[in-house]
Amino acid sequence: MMKLNLKSAAAVCCAAAMVFFGGCKQDDGKIRIGVSIPSADHGWTGGVVWWAEQTKKDLERKDPKLEIIISTAKDSAEQVSRIENLLVQGVKALVVLPHEPAPLTGICEQVKQRGLYLVVVDRGLQKDVQDLTVAGDNAEFGRRCAEEMAKRLQGKGDILIMEGVPCEVNTLRVTAFRQVMKKHPSIRILESQTSGWSQEKGLKLMENFLQKYPKIDAVWAGDDDVLTGALKAYAESKRHDIQFFIGGGGSKAIVKRVLDRDPLVPVNVTYPPRMIAFGIEYAAAAVKGKPMVKSKRAIIPAEVITPANAKYYYQPSSPY
Amino acid sequence: MNEPKLTPPQTGIWKKYLNDARPFLALALLLAVCMLSNESFRSVQNLLNITRQVACTGIAALGMTLVIIAGGIDLSVGSLLALSGVSALMVMGRIADPRLAVAAAMLVSLGAGIAGGVLNGLLVTAGKVPPFIATLGTLSIFRSLALYLANAGTLSSSNEFFRETGSCTPLGIPLATICFLVLAAGFAVLLNRTAFGRHVCAVGANPRAARYAAIGVGKVQFMTYVLAGLSAGIAAFLFSSRLNAISSTDAGLSYELDAIAGAVIGGTAMNGGRGSIAGTVAGVFILGIISNALDMWGTSANLQGLVKGLIIIVAVLIQRQNND
Repeated sequence: MMKLNLKSAAAVCCAAAMVFFGGCKQDDGKIRIGVSIPSADHGWTGGVVWWAEQTKKDLERKDPKLEIIISTAKDSAEQVSRIENLLVQGVKALVVLPHEPAPLTGICEQVKQRGLYLVVVDRGLQKDVQDLTVAGDNAEFGRRCAEEMAKRLQGKGDILIMEGVPCEVNTLRVTAFRQVMKKHPSIRILESQTSGWSQEKGLKLMENFLQKYPKIDAVWAGDDDVLTGALKAYAESKRHDIQFFIGGGGSKAIVKRVLDRDPLVPVNVTYPPRMIAFGIEYAAAAVKGKPMVKSKRAIIPAEVITPANAKYYYQPSSPY
Repeated sequence: MNEPKLTPPQTGIWKKYLNDARPFLALALLLAVCMLSNESFRSVQNLLNITRQVACTGIAALGMTLVIIAGGIDLSVGSLLALSGVSALMVMGRIADPRLAVAAAMLVSLGAGIAGGVLNGLLVTAGKVPPFIATLGTLSIFRSLALYLANAGTLSSSNEFFRETGSCTPLGIPLATICFLVLAAGFAVLLNRTAFGRHVCAVGANPRAARYAAIGVGKVQFMTYVLAGLSAGIAAFLFSSRLNAISSTDAGLSYELDAIAGAVIGGTAMNGGRGSIAGTVAGVFILGIISNALDMWGTSANLQGLVKGLIIIVAVLIQRQNND
């Protein structure tokens, strides 16, 4: 009897609290923007988180009415929950860098149904429901990497490709790369495997490649974190047949190697995590009624970093 | 001769009731604190969100509670969820008619869950493998099968009916929440009002005495694993219908730990023999509310694990203090 009373009392208190407080809502006149990004699980996403926080400080300082809420998530299911939480906090715009396209499409459609302004950065969704896409030029990225590799191999050699996570970003890059290589029939692509854009997997994959192929001329690691892992595997193997590697992304460690004229890393192509900063700025401008971009896509070009211009791309203070 | 000290009956009874009601008191207190301190937390939509967010881990925790009360443990719940979800989506992708596909997906998901539970149960009862080891093995096996079937990727479905089923809200309450509460009620009736439930507690508390009382210890333990597998299958269906996709690498990762945490905070003893479904529900909600509140307060996502761990330890410490 007592037990029942205590439990019922607790239940009644909960219900009363919910009813009483459910109605209360403060309106403090702030414009809230939600930013939902993956947590810093590798160098590039670490760069994204850092740039997002810098942009938050910057924009909030310039306009005190703006409140930017940054929310990180370790996988797609958690990201959906985080976006739901952001919606409850009354955001007027949402900037999303989806972990994966398919699981995030549903919640993004709901965001649009509520009439909020939606910016999708880097990885797309299954359906194009967003107001604005901010992405790097993935096809250009793949093309530039291929052109630089072909140029330095003088049109012939055996190469390996390390792909990223299977998604649209990866497909665009690899397709463009292969299309350029078709123009150089003496360049043979020995194999192409996924390294999941992770340094650890890049190391393991490179070890396997080195076991399988006694002679390799060049390797496209596709990403600077993967490149770091691949270089370590190569150094540990004590082989000397690989002429050079090409990564991608513009991380400061690799840019430094280009700057120092490291023979194994002669060139790099950018894919800046700073694109999240642009996404947030465009969202803030649109929400205030003064959109900065007229079209639905804002593409950040991929630029080639060589020892000559590397000093302009080297930023020691950023984590990426 | 020393006479045993008699505690006045009134204090003893109060203590016991406080003990049992502790998870609910903690839940009420937590709700009050969170609501008073954060305006975003208070909205009805947020509270409904929380119920939806905890539903899948909650269902897994229900099955886990039964297994723990019977004296075992099931570490493979999360991986079984991933495998069931992957199998369901694969089957769904092959069927053209949307409604038929969803029905098939549900059957496959439940079937895969039950099959996994049967495997666990057989290993523990017939194979006499200690539950921790057996389910540690099946954790790897199920996850590996899921990765193999989905090629380590994410399986997504283009079945709109599936997504609608997942996001439908009968009476304004998310489907997942309703399933969770209905299943909790069902398991509570099973545990408290059926002979099977009594046998589960007996087997967990003292297996030898239970055997002498002609209770089929092996059968009872086997059934708890099957029920845990069934819970994983149900959770898999709800999980993948919400996202209309399932990631073979991420789905269900660490769910077993969250399920155990929910059960333990709710008053289930790790040694077995004692526990309640209502307590597990309260425990699961406590974890969900804390996670949501921390997010609303803007705490770094990286610190949430710290808070979760502290709560688990404090909950068990308090329980042990009062049981000595």
